[in-house]
Formats: sequence, C-alpha cells, structure tokens
Amino acid sequence: MKILVPVKRVVDYNVKVRVKADGTGVETAGVKMSMNPFDEIAVEEAVRLREKGTATEIVAISMGVPACQETIRTALAMGADRGILVETDVELQPLAVAKLLRALVAKESPGLIIMGKQAIDDDMNATGQMLAALLGWPQGTFASKVVIEGDTATVTREVDGGLETVALTLPAIVTTDLRLNEPRYASLPNIMKARKKPIETVKPADLGVDPTPRLTVVSVAEPPKRQAGVKVGSVAELVAKLKTEAKVI
Amino acid sequence: MAVLVLLDHEAGAIKQPSRSAIAAAAKLGEVHALVAGAETEAAAAAAAAAAKLPGVAEVLTAEGAAYAHALAEPLAALLVAIAPGYTHLLAAATAIGKNVMPRAAALLDVQPISDIAGIVDADTFIRPIYAGNALATVKSADAKKVITVRAASFDPVAAEGGNAPIRALQAADAPAGSRFVSAELSKSERPELTAARVVISGGRGMQNGDNFKLLEPIADKLGAAVGASRAAVDAGFVPNDYQVGQTGKIVAPDLYVAVGISGAIQHLAGMKDSKVIVAINKDEEAPIFQVADYGLVADLFTALPDLAAELAKG
Repeated sequence: MKILVPVKRVVDYNVKVRVKADGTGVETAGVKMSMNPFDEIAVEEAVRLREKGTATEIVAISMGVPACQETIRTALAMGADRGILVETDVELQPLAVAKLLRALVAKESPGLIIMGKQAIDDDMNATGQMLAALLGWPQGTFASKVVIEGDTATVTREVDGGLETVALTLPAIVTTDLRLNEPRYASLPNIMKARKKPIETVKPADLGVDPTPRLTVVSVAEPPKRQAGVKVGSVAELVAKLKTEAKVI
Repeated sequence: MAVLVLLDHEAGAIKQPSRSAIAAAAKLGEVHALVAGAETEAAAAAAAAAAKLPGVAEVLTAEGAAYAHALAEPLAALLVAIAPGYTHLLAAATAIGKNVMPRAAALLDVQPISDIAGIVDADTFIRPIYAGNALATVKSADAKKVITVRAASFDPVAAEGGNAPIRALQAADAPAGSRFVSAELSKSERPELTAARVVISGGRGMQNGDNFKLLEPIADKLGAAVGASRAAVDAGFVPNDYQVGQTGKIVAPDLYVAVGISGAIQHLAGMKDSKVIVAINKDEEAPIFQVADYGLVADLFTALPDLAAELAKG
C-alpha cells in the first residue's frame, strides 16, 4: 500500500510571531521555518506502517514556494521514499490544497493519506476533512491510534469527552493528533541519504487546479494584551482577593 | 434566506458551545437549528430543547441510525442536502463541528472559515491565527459561508425562553465507508471544560498524574472543571481531553487557576480570554505571571492543600 503524507512548511513552533506593522500579516522574513509539528507525526506514522510491512511506499507532498523542498527533505530524512512539490507563489488555502491533493491522488492511487490535523500557522483544521470529501473517502480525524488490518483502518480519535473509535474502509484519510506517536529525529546518514531521493516538481496548472484564495485577509492585528496583575503573598490573601476584589468565588 | 446551525447534543440537552454558535448566528440572520440523531427519546428531547433556545426560528430534525454517533460523512451529506436554503452554515468549533463542517464545505466548493471569534459583517469574520498570537480579519468570496464558531468568544444564548416549531427532514443518503466502533468517554461529575464557570488546570509542575488529585478538593469547592497543559498531557499525567490550549480546548471561564503551568504560548492560546486568571508557580519568572491577574509564587505542593483548607473555611 502506498501512503501519501502532505507536509506544510510553517513558522517554527518556537518562534514568537510578530504582526507586521502595516497589518498585512505576520513577519515571516528571516524567521525559522520548520515542518508543521502535526505533519511530523503523520510522517512518523507512515514510516512506522512501512516498518511493519503495511505500507510499501511513502510519498511526501508539499506545496508553495521552492523552499518547501526543505520540508520535503525533512520527510525524506525521516523515511519517506520520494517527494512531490507543487510549486506556486499563490497563498494556498485548504480548499485549494485539497483540490491539488485530489489531483495527485488520481495520479498516485494511494491506499491511505495521513496528514496533520491542523497547521500551526493558520490553525484552520480543515484540509484533511476537505480532501476526504472531495475524494468521497471516509475520514478519521484527530487520531491517537491507527490500526490497519486488511482493507480497514481502525482509528481512535481524540474527541471532546474522551476517545472515539471508528472503522474506515480503505482508501481513507487519517489526520493526526498529538498523542499518535513521538516523531523520530532524522539521523545524519538518513539526512545524507535523503539528499539523493527524488523530488518531482509540478505546478497547480499541471494539475488543472485554480488555486486562487477564496478568503481575503483584510487585516491582521495583535490581540488585546493582558496586563500582568499583582503578586499575592499568601493563599489567604489570594482567596480574600478573589472573594472581595475579583468577586469570582 | 436564513442561517443554519448544526447543534451538538447529548442526553437530550444542547451543549453549551452550540448555544454560543446560536448567539453568533443570530448576528447573521434568522436562525434555524439542526438536530440530527438516531431515532431515540434523547434526540427528540434534544430537538425540544433546541426549540426553547431564544433566537431559534425553526428546528429541523433528521433521524436515522447513520446520525447516531455524529460521524462526519453522513452529517456532511445532510448539511449539503439542505444547504441551498441557507446563506451561512455554522457549528461550534467542537470535535464534531471541526470534523463535519470542513467536509460539508468542500462538498459545496466553499473555503470554510474556522474558529471565528468575531463577526464584522455577513462576509467578514475575525479569527485567531498562530495560536491566537494574531487576529486575522478575513473576507469570504464564497456565495455561501461555512463557519465554525469559537464558543469562548460568544456568550451563549439562554437554554430557555424560545418556542420554535420543529420540522422533520428526510434523512439524506449516508455514504458508506465509516462505522462507529466504540467510545471511551471520561467519566466525571464535574462540569465540562468548555462550559465551566471555573477551571483549574495543572501543568508539568504537578510531576505526575496522581498529584492531580490535589486539584480535586479545590475543584469540588469551586464547582470547577479540571484541565491541563499540553506538557502535562504529553507527559502522560492526564488524558488528552483535559488539554487546554491551541491544540486542545479553548476556554474562557470567569476564573482560571493555572497550577504548575509555565505559560507556553500554546497554553495561553487556550485560556487567555478568561475573565480572571490566577497562577500558582514556584518559578517567579514563569511567563504565566505576565497574564495572571493574581500570581502566587509558591510550591504547589504546599499551596494546593492550603488553598483547599482556606476555601473549606467558607
């Protein structure tokens, strides 16, 4: 079985993002970029499935500027076999990404697609569900456990009240939650090996997709800042203040 | 045309985040509420409860085994079937809403607008990005809008006061391919995190899962829900459904008590809209103190029993 793993290049999760002074977005120039953490979990899960013999090939896909190749290389160093870069300068939103992925699925015929549940930049949490819809495939979102047996994926999902398990007939989409696994660090030999793995580059037009965004960013602003309050000296003082000053207990 | 809200319901009641979604929808037009479920008394009771929500003009019900567990595939198909009558389709950004709405949006060739925290006009919405470190105002070019609502940003409508008619819909054809197997829900007598007036959360400083018991007498006294930081969840102290933060639950209670939580950006994203924040941490440099209204620099293993005792005094 072939597995596709879409991976997104995002501002590293350790970076404290700053809103641009002109309110058009956040500052990304000169900022460290990394693979979206949920996508690392997706790559790891795919690699584990290949190590178990369930998967035969893992294709990592990224979309955007040429630098997204670095993100694909990271996936290749973790164990993916080859990469596809959909190169474009257009800002891609989940609907466009889902359509581009649908076109790639038609070419690649994977049995499973594993992807992050959400990107930590736009926090949309949408692309996996949308791709599943466009393909007419079942979806197992927010997965904390995935078991593949025959043509069924049994997916345990993180839901509001606890866990829910669903059985999906393959091909299917799984989106990863935090506890699915702990991604490996790529070893130096594997990073070297990844340099030789192939990356194919295509354009949205090659895939017959119009990537024009449907959402226009009108402005981006800093959220209202909370002011630091006071330090209290004791538990008794804390309780007194909560009762008489804040009046919340 | 009206606005449709897909409601989360459980045991015959409408979940509080869905009442916030109704409040958001009311800013956009006449609100119709959709209750889908199995043919059970609980689903019927949920429809009756939805009819009582102030601001709901009509309740639509869809009954069928396919809707018993709120799977995305049948619910998205149902939404698409009734979408032509609506300008906006909304749901709370709960596990169900987040699972279903983007799927419905793709079927309608619409780019969804996730987790809105504000409404500017019928096409323009405010939503947090980068874990709430920035607020984007976005304008949709789609004819129909598909939206999930950040419940913490909209005061829920009351549970009672309305009297809407209830209309039964035909169930839509449910796609095959997915099947509910089981649910393992945390049993708790406490209020749900996203609906609680008070939340007390523990972080890595709790050191292990057992120590979360130290939070319980305080939670009992305050009627609080118990939460956790991602660090505490990652460390295996508590299950993931405790998680407050960018990738967990977003809460905005009247009082949020952060215990042994350093205040990583990802955690602040989930609780910084709380009305009053208390931080208890032995590290006085912890970033959590920068957002706390009341900070107590103390070892939590002495502060928590003291706090329980102080509250017990009444």
